[in-house]
Amino acid sequence: MNLVVPIKLVPDLVEELVIDASGARLDPDALRLKLNEFDDHAIEQAILLKEKGAGQVTVVAPDIEGVDDALFTAAAKGADRLIKLTGNWNNGVNNHALARVFANFVETLRPELILTGVQAHNDLDGAVGPQLAEHLGMPYVGYVSGVVVFDNKAQVRKEFPGGLIAEMDVVLPAVLGIQAAEKPPRYVPISKVRATMKTAKLETFPAAELETAGAPTTVRLFQPETGARATMLAGDADAVATRLVEIFREQGIL
Amino acid sequence: MNSDIFVVIEHLRGQVSDISYVMLAAARGMANATGGKVIAVILGHDVETLARDLAADRVLYMEHAAFADFSSDAYQRALEGVIKEHAPRAVLFGDTTMGGDVAAWLSTHLALPLVSACRTFRADAGALKFVSQICGGKMMAEGDLPAPTTLVLMVPGGYKPEQGRAAQAPELARVNAPALDDLRVTVKDYVEPAVGDVDVSKEAVVVSIGRGIQNQDNVELAEELAKALGGVVAGSRPVIDQGWLAPTRLVGKSGKAVKPKLYLALGISGAPEHVEAIGDSEMIVAINTDPAAPIFDIAKFGSQVDMLDLMPVLTEKVQQAKGL
Ligand SMILES: Cc1cc2nc3c(=O)[nH]c(=O)nc-3n(C[C@H](O)[C@H](O)[C@H](O)COP(=O)(O)OP(=O)(O)OC[C@H]3O[C@@H](n4cnc5c(N)ncnc54)[C@H](O)[C@@H]3O)c2cc1C
Repeated sequence: MNLVVPIKLVPDLVEELVIDASGARLDPDALRLKLNEFDDHAIEQAILLKEKGAGQVTVVAPDIEGVDDALFTAAAKGADRLIKLTGNWNNGVNNHALARVFANFVETLRPELILTGVQAHNDLDGAVGPQLAEHLGMPYVGYVSGVVVFDNKAQVRKEFPGGLIAEMDVVLPAVLGIQAAEKPPRYVPISKVRATMKTAKLETFPAAELETAGAPTTVRLFQPETGARATMLAGDADAVATRLVEIFREQGIL
Repeated sequence: MNSDIFVVIEHLRGQVSDISYVMLAAARGMANATGGKVIAVILGHDVETLARDLAADRVLYMEHAAFADFSSDAYQRALEGVIKEHAPRAVLFGDTTMGGDVAAWLSTHLALPLVSACRTFRADAGALKFVSQICGGKMMAEGDLPAPTTLVLMVPGGYKPEQGRAAQAPELARVNAPALDDLRVTVKDYVEPAVGDVDVSKEAVVVSIGRGIQNQDNVELAEELAKALGGVVAGSRPVIDQGWLAPTRLVGKSGKAVKPKLYLALGISGAPEHVEAIGDSEMIVAINTDPAAPIFDIAKFGSQVDMLDLMPVLTEKVQQAKGL
């Protein structure tokens, strides 16, 4: 079973987000990038599938800063092949372009199952998964939180609002958008990732031409303007706790 | 050029989802700007019931056994023809577990632009603009809605569902469904949401923990605080995905919506998928070390203290206040 996991890096939201001089995008110099958390779940789900039966897991990513770490971590968890697609990623890239690049390359791997994060917090032109599926002529199911594979089909658990789950059959080859792996992504100690760096090989392939059509152009980025922001309580934990008890009293909660 | 706004009505097991009404409300504003009509598109059966309170000028519907459950494959094939034939100014989908499986596929397939996470629209000198909410609610992105046709995935929050409801049923027009044999995606069964010891949607005090709780051992601190306050512990998705709390305690898009007297959000950033389910709370208090956390935008009171420091102290003070 040939499992392929296309991943992308996204801005780490723990850092302050700075809008650049153009006003239309985040300042790349002020960003710290990290693996899209849903892609992390996709990697985990692929490795869980591999562990349940025969299979090879290939992780594919655009070659941008920080991607080596993400790929070596995937290898330390059990991924077999690590692939970087080299191209002119400097100006950022939308999901339409990314899906085309992934489709172009992933096709050569002849995957039976493609697992990718169901979305990323910076998606502005839809998710990568369904676009990739269309390019490859495969069916797509997103918001998946569990996968079992049979001969030529996958049985997936798809989430609906409110916690309802549909058990669905999907004919393979297929693309699945992973919302959550069956188990939380495993933790690998840094020492193991370092050891993997010495043995695992990063393969590079040129990405196809970046073709960004299909995505809107952002004219302006801004912080959400809010009505009334919270009244902030100052002081240490003790002072805040004292004030909160007063507030709870006033509100009739205590 | 067709100036109509199409809204793909989302429904599940006979119920029209709130996001459909939100989209109809948005579509009305857009249609006023374009001079077009609001057209609801329903794939399903028993369409009369589904359509009865939609604030649309017209309903285009397709009936087929394949629409009894949601199949991305069936939806994609059915909508492809409708969109191609009418080429409306915009087609709105819910940015949900259904719309998300369909719109991006159609965008690629029909070579039409797509905007996701859209919260509101604006008409500016006749031109339509979208405003999308990205980066976990920390950024808004605004741009022109490309002409002649754009597909849009909409999130809740920008319009009230009531504005998308009408007293009178719209006129219905039937469209033939395409051949939908050999579907590659089919529903076999449903698993109902687990029923647990408590129903967080009915509690008056909810102490809700997010990733800021850091590990399972700390969950006890929240349990103690909830107990002192006479409430229950709930959590954000990462906490539930880690297995630190039962799935019944999940608050948000994929869990429960809550409306307590007090929603105490500890170490929760305030991502849109979480926030959409807590807006009916009487009072939200947020504790988060990040001053830019979007949760502070909807909280009444907030503090940047470390939740791990606060929980034991607050528990003690609450107990004292109650004379325990
Ligand atoms: C289809 C879909 C459905 C989803 N459904 C849901 C849902 O139902 N419910 C849900 O919650 N999410 C849902 N999500 C996930 C959602 O997008 C967010 O990822 C999630 O809500 C983030 O949870 P969080 O706030 O706990 O974590 P984070 O966003 O990581 O935030 C943690 C916060 O804790 C703060 N913090 C850290 N340490 C401390 C400390 N010591 N003291 C105080 N503060 C601290 C940080 O500043 C940060 O703001 C869904 C996503 C998708 C794609």
